[in-house]
Amino acid sequence: MRLVTIIEKYLRFIRVGSFLGIRQILRGSIWINILIISIMTLTFLSLVVIPGILIGLTEGSFEQNREYLTGDVYLTTLPEYSSIINTQNIVRVLDILPEVDRYSVRYKIGSTVEVGYIDREDFTKDSESLSVSAYAIDPKKEEETTGLSRFLVEGSMLKNDESGYVLIGSTLLEEYSAFSDLFEPLKGVEVGRPAKITLQGAALEGLERDRALVSGSAQTGQTSEFIVKGIIDSKVGELSSSLFITEQDYRRVSQKTSLQAQEIVIKHTQNVSDERFKEIVLSYGFGEYAKVRTATEAIPKFLADVQQTFGLLGNMIGFIGIVVSSITIFIVIYINALVRRKFIGILKGIGISERAIEFAYIMQSVFYALIGIGLGLLILYGLLVPYFFQNPIDFPFSDGILVAKLIPTIIRAGILMLVTMIAGLLPARIIVRQNTLDSILQR
Amino acid sequence: MITVKNLTKTYTNGEIQTHVLKGIDMNITQGEFVAIMGKSGAGKSTLLYQIGLLDIPTSGTIDVGGVNILALSESQRTEFRLNRLGYIFQDYALVPELTAEENVSMPLLMQGIDDTEIKKRSRKIIDDIGMEGKYRNRPNQLSGGQQQRVSIARAMVQAPEILFADEPTANLDAASSAAVIDLLRDLHEKGQTIVMVTHEPEYTKYCDRIIYLEDGLITSHDYKFNK
Repeated sequence: MRLVTIIEKYLRFIRVGSFLGIRQILRGSIWINILIISIMTLTFLSLVVIPGILIGLTEGSFEQNREYLTGDVYLTTLPEYSSIINTQNIVRVLDILPEVDRYSVRYKIGSTVEVGYIDREDFTKDSESLSVSAYAIDPKKEEETTGLSRFLVEGSMLKNDESGYVLIGSTLLEEYSAFSDLFEPLKGVEVGRPAKITLQGAALEGLERDRALVSGSAQTGQTSEFIVKGIIDSKVGELSSSLFITEQDYRRVSQKTSLQAQEIVIKHTQNVSDERFKEIVLSYGFGEYAKVRTATEAIPKFLADVQQTFGLLGNMIGFIGIVVSSITIFIVIYINALVRRKFIGILKGIGISERAIEFAYIMQSVFYALIGIGLGLLILYGLLVPYFFQNPIDFPFSDGILVAKLIPTIIRAGILMLVTMIAGLLPARIIVRQNTLDSILQR
Repeated sequence: MITVKNLTKTYTNGEIQTHVLKGIDMNITQGEFVAIMGKSGAGKSTLLYQIGLLDIPTSGTIDVGGVNILALSESQRTEFRLNRLGYIFQDYALVPELTAEENVSMPLLMQGIDDTEIKKRSRKIIDDIGMEGKYRNRPNQLSGGQQQRVSIARAMVQAPEILFADEPTANLDAASSAAVIDLLRDLHEKGQTIVMVTHEPEYTKYCDRIIYLEDGLITSHDYKFNK
């Protein structure tokens, strides 16, 4: 019974508070309303957009890694092996798994690329060369899986039925490299010009090793001349700093018969998550032959660290935004309550409870927060997210997008709402709790 | 109805103490129309605030309608004012964002009365004070006299036991003042207990009694048996 009385009393406070609050908003100064709502909208946006862009810088990089390098699930060699064991068995399973959309098998070999050896002026000096990673790929499968050709800034894509061509990453070339102060890039590389490529190490396995032993050769690589067919320029560093040749050329040059690859990039169908797909392939025993990672797990550690740092920075900036906003709301509501102090006193004088008057100010704060956050959400999802998706920010290591996932955004909106309510309640309480007569007489 | 014994009120500002009421004893009976008069600074408004529960006296006792009001908590005092007392302030004190009808309906709203009844009672009392058709006018759309009438309507809407009026004609012209006093007289004739502070003798003509205050003490009671 007593509980019912208390509930009824509080419902009365809410009723009277709403009655006063709504009228104060609707009949108060429209410019003050616009000002406060603008502050709320900007605060909400600073709370979501700045961390979203900071995270988006690394998120863009993650997405590019997933799309163009690792796929959804990435198979690489186990730590104690130099290649994925039973690659062909894995491939046979991938060919029949309904969850597999497409995949590409890559052979990764250490290599040396040498250019300018034909037209150098001084033959007593060594020609220009760089040690880099070379990927031997099935061009058709790689194109289907990662769309490698989209990064061609010059020339054209490798073809399965062609031989003797190479794609060179732009980082290795003086004309494109942003890292020329860290190493000596290759000069004068042009599409259609020759380049000598020596494939290292991996050539001497199994039968090849036996042959080398029989012939007594100390040579550890096989050299062949390729024609530069295209130049790859991507923000995925691995792609821009490697060579790409066809799998057939790899076998021809290195006389390699082994079918054990170093990487398998898999894209699954839309109806399965990365984690679920990983579980599926592990259930086929892939884990015994290869290191199986989802795209997220395959993110380079430094990028994950950068994202964590950016996330922290974003949260700090957001926190400062909340503090500034709550102080602003506090000041605005305080001034609003202060100039209305006399009327607050009168209302108390005629018997309106303090809690009902306080609720009127909470109502106002909630109104400002709701409209401000609502506008912010509209701008965020209606304007900013699509804009940054269409026009990513051009950063050296990624195309920065605006990451605004729904749940974290709602949590931030909730925090802002709560803080705003408190910032509205406190000044109202300070004024409302003053002596009734002092308020009426403005003493 | 109201019994005041040895009431004092002292304001302290730093080390300075101002004794505004120095020991007031008085009674007001039900249905009485009492005017409190005195020079500026005599303590008449302060006395009204103490017996009207708007302020807390320094010492003494106040009994209103059988309740020792000094024993009430702040929320109980607020509830007491809501249900049993009505106030008319010198400067009308209407809430500027609310219409005349909304201002009048505030006490009823706080009492938890339903909307239909609130509308009926608010409009009736506005009609009764001669403000028909002004329900939706905001205070700034009303003259001073009209605002004071709305203020009286707000004070009377929940049928209080005692109506307190603090210089209700101070900001009004002669015609409006006369109209307000006539309104108070009408209420008194219907049995309303009224305590009014004024410094204008001509507006005490309908009062049953005039209490004169000087320097924080009652100097005389002037009963007007032949008003």
